Order: sequence, then C-alpha cells, then structure tokens
Amino acid sequence: MFHPKTLTLALVALLALMLDTGRAAAQGVDEAINTAFGTATGPFVSFIFSSLPGTNFPWIVLWLVIAATIFTIYFSVVQFRFFGHAIALVSGKYSDPNDAGEVSHFQALATALSGTVGLGNIAGVAVAVSIGGPGATFWMILAGLLGMATKFTECTLGVKFRNEYSDGSVSGGPMYYLSKGMAQRGFGGLGKVLAVFFSIFCVLAALGAGNMFQANQAHAQIASIAGDYPGWITGIIFAAIVFAVIVGGLKSIAQVTEKIVPFMGILYVGTAIIIILMNADQIGWAFGQIFAGAFTGAGVAGGMVGALIQGFRRAAFSNEAGVGSAAIAHSAVRTKEPITEGFVSLLEPLIDTVVICTMTALVIVITGVLQIDPETGLYLWDADSGQIVTEGGVSGVELTSAAFGSAFGFFPYVLVLAVILFAFSTMLSWSYYGLKAWTYMFGEGKVQELSFKILFCIFVVIGAAMNLGPVIDFSDAAIFSMALFNIVGLYFLMPIVKGEMISYSRRLKTGEIKRFV
Amino acid sequence: MTSNVFIVAYEGEPSDSGVLNYAITRAKAEGASLVLVHVLEWSPYSFLTPQEVEERHSRRKRELARADEVVMAPALAACDTAGVSATAVIRYGQVIELVLEEAKLAGATLIFVGRSGQQSMATRIFGSVPLGLAQLSPIPTVIVP
Repeated sequence: MFHPKTLTLALVALLALMLDTGRAAAQGVDEAINTAFGTATGPFVSFIFSSLPGTNFPWIVLWLVIAATIFTIYFSVVQFRFFGHAIALVSGKYSDPNDAGEVSHFQALATALSGTVGLGNIAGVAVAVSIGGPGATFWMILAGLLGMATKFTECTLGVKFRNEYSDGSVSGGPMYYLSKGMAQRGFGGLGKVLAVFFSIFCVLAALGAGNMFQANQAHAQIASIAGDYPGWITGIIFAAIVFAVIVGGLKSIAQVTEKIVPFMGILYVGTAIIIILMNADQIGWAFGQIFAGAFTGAGVAGGMVGALIQGFRRAAFSNEAGVGSAAIAHSAVRTKEPITEGFVSLLEPLIDTVVICTMTALVIVITGVLQIDPETGLYLWDADSGQIVTEGGVSGVELTSAAFGSAFGFFPYVLVLAVILFAFSTMLSWSYYGLKAWTYMFGEGKVQELSFKILFCIFVVIGAAMNLGPVIDFSDAAIFSMALFNIVGLYFLMPIVKGEMISYSRRLKTGEIKRFV
Repeated sequence: MTSNVFIVAYEGEPSDSGVLNYAITRAKAEGASLVLVHVLEWSPYSFLTPQEVEERHSRRKRELARADEVVMAPALAACDTAGVSATAVIRYGQVIELVLEEAKLAGATLIFVGRSGQQSMATRIFGSVPLGLAQLSPIPTVIVP
C-alpha cells in the first residue's frame, strides 16, 4: 500500500516533468482526450437526449416531469402537507435524546446537500439561462417543487430496504430497494435487472457528473484567474488530493472541506441576496422576464419549449430528484421510521433548486450580463454558440462569475474558492455513491474498492482536460440514465411508501409519534 | 440511608482524579451518593462526510463502550472501594447543558467539576465548562483545582 506522502511526492515530481514538456504538446493531450471521449460517448448521449417523434422535446426530460407529477398527485402534495413537519424533524423536535450521538436529520440533510449543492447551482443555472433564456428559471423552480415528491419517495425507500451489517454499518440506495423491494412486490427478476442497470449508470454518473464536470469547471475557474494553461495539470493536482482522501485515508482534508462548504454556500446565497437588494428596483422586471420567458421564450431560439427543456434539465442535474443519489446518502441514517428521512429529504430540491438556483438566475438576469437588443427588447441570440450573447462571450460558471463580479469586483476570486470547494465536496460525495454501486455489482472487498477509487482519480484528469461541451453532455446523459431505471422501480414501490405515510400520519395525529421538544 | 445526591462532571482525564477523590471524600462525610456524568461532546448540527454518516452508528457504539470501560468503570470502582454509592451516566451533547439536566433529574444538591488545565484560544473566547457551570447552575458548584 502506498503511503499518502510518498504518493503525493511522486505525483508532484510527475507534474513537474509534465510541465516541462511544453504548452503545445500539453494542449495536444487535451485535444486528443477531448476528441476520443466525444467520439466514444456520442451515441450514448444522442440516445438519452433524443427527442420525442415530431418534437424537439427530449423524452428523458418528459420522463422526469411525468414521474415528479405522478408522485406529487399520488402522495397528495406531500411536499406542502408535510413541509412544516420536515422542518420540525430537521430542527430535532422529534429526536429522542437517548439517540444523541447518532446521525441527526440535520446532518443527513446537510450531507446529502453537500453532494448536490455545487456547480449545478452555479454553472448549470448559467447554462440554462444563457441557452433557454430567463424563462428557464420558471421551469427550474417548478421542477424543483415537483421534484420534492420524487426525492421523498426514493429516500424513504432507501432507508426501508437498506442492508445492515453486523459491524453496525449500512449500505443502501436504489440498487437495494430495487432488488429487495421489487422482490417483496413479486417482481424480483425485474428488480435485479433494474438494480444492475442503475448501478452501471450510477458508476458512469459518478465518473461524469460527480467527477469530470466538477474537475472541468474547477479548472475553468482557476484558469480564469491564473491565465490559460492545460487542464490536465489541474486534473493531476485534483486527482492527487482526491486520491489522498479516498485511498490514502486523509480524512482531515474531507472533514475540513465538509465544514467550509456550508459556509461558502451561505456566503454565496448571502452575496446573491445583497446583489438582488442592491438592484431592488429591477426585481419586478427580472421576475417579469422569467415569467414572460417561461411561456414565450422571449426571443430565445426554441421558445417556450427551449426554456422548459433547459429549466427541467438543469434542475434535475442540480437537485438530482429521481436520480437516486440522495437515497444512497440518506440510507445510512439510523431511524426507527424510514419515512422521516423521506420528509427531511424533500427539503433538498427546495433549498438546492428553488432557493439557490433561483438566486443565481436572478443575479444573472438583474446584472445584465445577458445582452438585450435595445430595439426589440429581446435577448441577442448567437447562433454559432447556441446561446444568448453574453459579456465577453462567456458561458457556464464564468457567466455567473461575471454577473457576481459586476456588482462586487472581488467576488470572482471568492467564487473560484467556492467552486473548487464545491467541486471537491461533490467529488467526495459521488466517489461514495459510485463506490456503493460498484460494490453492489462486484461485491464488498478491498480490491474492488481500490479499483473503483483509482478509476475515479483517472477520470478527474480526463474531466479537467476536456472542453465543457462533451463533459456536460456525458454528465447529463449518465445522471439521467440513473433516473431511467430508478423511476421504473419507484412506480412499483410507491404503494409501500404510501402505506408508510398513512401509518405515520395516523400515529402522528394520535401522539404515538412523540415530540420531545 | 443517603439523602443527598452530588453530581460529578467527570471527564475521565488523569487530571480529573482530584475532583473524583474530593467528591468521594465529601460524599462520605455527608452520607451522600454520587452521580458521575460523562459527556461525549456532540452537536447534531455538525457536518459529516457520507463515509462518516455510514460509520457513525458503529463508531458511537465503540465510543460508548470505551467510555464505559475506560472512564466510568475505574471511577465507579474507586467509589465502591471508598464505600460511596455511585451511578454512572454517559450522554452525548453539550457538557454544561447535560450536567445541569442530570443534576435536575437526580435532584442533586451539589455539583463537583474539575478545573480544566486547558488554556486554549477557544476556552479563552467561549469560556470553560467549570465557569459555565458556575454561572448557570441553580445549585452550588464546587470547582476543584
């Protein structure tokens, strides 16, 4: 086994050697990785985002929207009926003091959020708004509100059907409820097939959305401050740190990150609120743009459907409702009532999408980084790049950075730090999710774990070296593929969740579910 | 028959032997029983990694077992040897809050706490457990050097 310090020194030496090979050769490496990856993943991406016959509406987006709507109706708008109870659970009002020292509902929520709050909220929203126009924000909020019911369903099942081991540790998530839960419903064979396919795509999503996309955008941010340089250099540095944590066991880095990230989130939202308040006179106009754009497209190519697709796509990518990742995080929590984790988890899309994503979108719209044609009042469309014309032609996280920077000149530097920390935190979360899917397929064991972790680190370098386009396409495709198999299982298993909800509601009313504070 | 209950906020560090010995002496002199309260610092609002979430339950079991065997068992044995009736309570949470809660539950009349030798920056800013107990306790608190 390598000692982490020895490994770090070796990686630094390798890095120095690679730097010496010169910029031209290095850019060549980036280009080669980019082309090879784009070619290899192209057919998969095309299939996932193929449109419904006769429309330009991707079938996978409709799949998510329909699921979220069905769960919202089936559970009688659980996201609003139990919203207050979810807050009470998170604030510890129903926590037995004798269980102190176990993971609290707040901690479960915070851990799951640290895997979702990140670049999706910063870069993803910028992509949605620049391609779909401000109207994409409306659909993003709607997707967030509907997604709360999906998250509730999957996280309840995640706890209910998890595996508990003799040493007290647990493994859970869609692969377990798909196999065990479906067997309980009499569809064991189908459940196993779904669980295996889910696991395959969970590993791919961990390597794509939870890894390459993060490394890619972290590199873009560092390059925007330090000047352009080959992405693989950032990739190797990130890979070395990730390796030190997930393989070398340097828990201190992970612990420090987990403690700083929430404060960066608060700083980000706080700054967004200040910028919005500084432009208070434009809030009405911005919401006008959002609502008008939601139904007319406001001059953006693709119109209303374009805004809707971008809104739903980026919301799903950001809050991961229906994807099943949160079910993996929540399933590790010890609770006597699985449904309480479901209630707590429904706050995630609200915080992630309805609050944080909306803040980002409002700042981008209000600060005017999206160019408007003064004659028509419509957004200027750049057909070549396929997005609204922006100041400096930037996109993704750089667009958000430009929007925040227009109000506070120093903020791009803060954002660089935030993006790096968010990226790192999300990578750690997804390395865990991917590992759980990997060990479900290949069995628990040190060799299996190490092989996945090394693969994960290699993809950090690949992600950092590539262009945003192929990375974001593959990331989206992989994450949506998880939802494809997860949601099939959720339809079969939702009566179990409903039974839990009815039983819990009754006991809550009779006082059998005790309130301690 | 004992009528008084004394609480000992017991950290279990080697420097805590002073507070335990003093509490035993006082309890013996006054015919009181002792409740040894050991608190494992824990906040339900701290942030954990997914790996820590997964391991939390087994880690808690190990922490409780260690506190029971390494901290409380020797202390209870010392009380027993001295002929003082004592019980042990291990809790997770904030020390001051839980010591006061246990004192109220037991109907205690006196709290013993050791003077922590730590002079960390955090202690200087936020105050120490002995000072906190002295400020907040509704019953007399003895800070043992």
